[in-house]
Amino acid sequence: MPPNSESARPDADVILSLSDVRVHFPVKAGVFKRTVGHVKAVDGVDLDVYRGEVLGLVGESGCGKTTLGKAILQLVRNVTGKVLYRSDDKDTDLTGLDERGLFPFRKRLQIVFQDPHSSLNPAFTIFGSLEDPLKRYGVKTRKERRKIVGDLLEAVNMRPEAMDHYPHEFSGGQRQRIGIARALSIEPELIVCDEAVSALDVSIQAQVLQLLMDLKQSKNLTYIFITHDLSVTEYLCDRIAVMYLGRIVELCDAEELYGNTLHPYTEALLSAIPVADLDRKSKRIVLEGDVPSPINPPPGCPFHPRCRYAQDVCRTVVPELKRYRSDRGDHFAACHLVEAPEAD
Amino acid sequence: MTIAQPDRGKRRRSKLDAQFDRIRDREEAGQVKKRRRGRFWNKFLNNHLAVAGLVVFTFIILVSVFAPLLTSYDPRAVDLRSMTQAPSLEHWFGTDRTGRDVFARVLYGGRISILVGLGSAILCAIIGVIIGIYSGYIGGWLDWFAMRVSEVFMAFPQIILVLLLVSILGQSLANLMIIFTLTGWGGIYRMARARMLSLREEEYVQALRSFGLGPARIAYKHMLPNALGPIMVNITLSTAAFILQEAALSFLGLGVPLSVPTWGNILNAAQDLRILENYWWIWLPVGVTISLFVLSVNFIGDGLRDATDPSQQG
Repeated sequence: MPPNSESARPDADVILSLSDVRVHFPVKAGVFKRTVGHVKAVDGVDLDVYRGEVLGLVGESGCGKTTLGKAILQLVRNVTGKVLYRSDDKDTDLTGLDERGLFPFRKRLQIVFQDPHSSLNPAFTIFGSLEDPLKRYGVKTRKERRKIVGDLLEAVNMRPEAMDHYPHEFSGGQRQRIGIARALSIEPELIVCDEAVSALDVSIQAQVLQLLMDLKQSKNLTYIFITHDLSVTEYLCDRIAVMYLGRIVELCDAEELYGNTLHPYTEALLSAIPVADLDRKSKRIVLEGDVPSPINPPPGCPFHPRCRYAQDVCRTVVPELKRYRSDRGDHFAACHLVEAPEAD
Repeated sequence: MTIAQPDRGKRRRSKLDAQFDRIRDREEAGQVKKRRRGRFWNKFLNNHLAVAGLVVFTFIILVSVFAPLLTSYDPRAVDLRSMTQAPSLEHWFGTDRTGRDVFARVLYGGRISILVGLGSAILCAIIGVIIGIYSGYIGGWLDWFAMRVSEVFMAFPQIILVLLLVSILGQSLANLMIIFTLTGWGGIYRMARARMLSLREEEYVQALRSFGLGPARIAYKHMLPNALGPIMVNITLSTAAFILQEAALSFLGLGVPLSVPTWGNILNAAQDLRILENYWWIWLPVGVTISLFVLSVNFIGDGLRDATDPSQQG
């Protein structure tokens, strides 16, 4: 690491820092709508995102990836914990800010959505949808806004004339690119890509991913890439965080994750990636059962009911996310069965 | 080695192909005219029923507004020498039991009936949409409160409200419209709210929120157009209902004073079986006019809904 005279802190280039982020939705029942429990969609996530990196957030359906993404942008209520965003060497906690307080950060954080069919307003032309945010951020004249939207569409390899068409006139891949253009419109620093390519077919996926990478280069972006597709993260991500039932169970460099898997859940996920090789008999680990209910998570390690290595300690004690050393930077994992980390 | 291709290349180019090619060439040259504002009208005008509706609707309104130019009879003038006369050149639609000219009454009656029907329906829609769109989007206690208020108004018996207001303020057109609006906004409110509840989970709404746009702008500008379809239909339906309700209340002596010609008041005269059997001209023209008007409003509503839906080509 190059010596940094300005700041000696090791986390000097952290752009976003989550600590103990929880999103609990109340479950109401009965005539009087009493709260009978909570869906713990995100249950204590600690995570640092570095400026300029691509952080993959993987996990199966319902593990809280999307909710975490929305929590970062404060698009869901009930977020507790700290979402620290660093700008101009100052950390600001986004949770608990009202819309007015959030406004300066709305410009820096953006999101690309999963479903290209519902992410654009069917009643407006592309220009109509994209112009209001620009207005909000002070682009006064219509001519200027048309220029900007045209440039944005060109940046995502579409013709500027597309701005006068309606969303239903475009294919899924085109709409997704328009969604990316929208996220770029206010020149954010960090973009949360929420399953941005999952709804597209493979050839279009590659095209959109390539576009995302090019834009990252040219505009110096940071991505949080939410996906359930491990082959996409391998291609794309610098670091990967694996989520299970609202928690991060493993977090490390992407190559490290594929080369030196520590958590049994990650192991099972990786074994499920299809390999186009008839001779290779991969031992596929099939997880039994479903993800446990996030209303009533099992005691101890949330993964133990489906873990083939589970032991007594797993059923009672919740494992902490511990740091392990590796050649490729820090490797965090939350499992009792990995040998104890070296003392720092 | 070449494999014999099916003679796709040799297929005779039809006229249509050539036409498409020309369109494509123009498109690629960027010469296609941008349709600004034309789209809505294009679609509306292509809908023949809607256009027919618009024509009939405009005709009835114009005829009512310019009634004094079209007939020289006073719709209230009783003429006992010419009672229940059949249609003639003198009295186009004949006369009723007190010798009033039916044609004049239908024309002048239209003024009030249309005002009451369409006016109340639009007032209902304005109130219902303003409250429903906002509270449905915001949710929380505001939504809860608006819902309870609408339940109170909908549960309140209309006839008692009418009696109450009439005894306080007296019989008048304005009172009638106030009552219809008070008792009628709940339906459109609920419809708008329900639509918003499903729309607010759409990702484009979340995207707008992520830009920090205000709730009023998101709700009224971006989401309202997507909720408009069922609201339009509801307006047309309640227009028809209000015209008939006005007739019923007037008959009870609670609506517009009976001496004032309205379509409802004219129809009420036909409750007598003798009139129904012998004097068709008293009830048939006004009945046809009401039906035509209501139908035309319905068709226009349908046309508007289709024209505002961008995913339907026209």
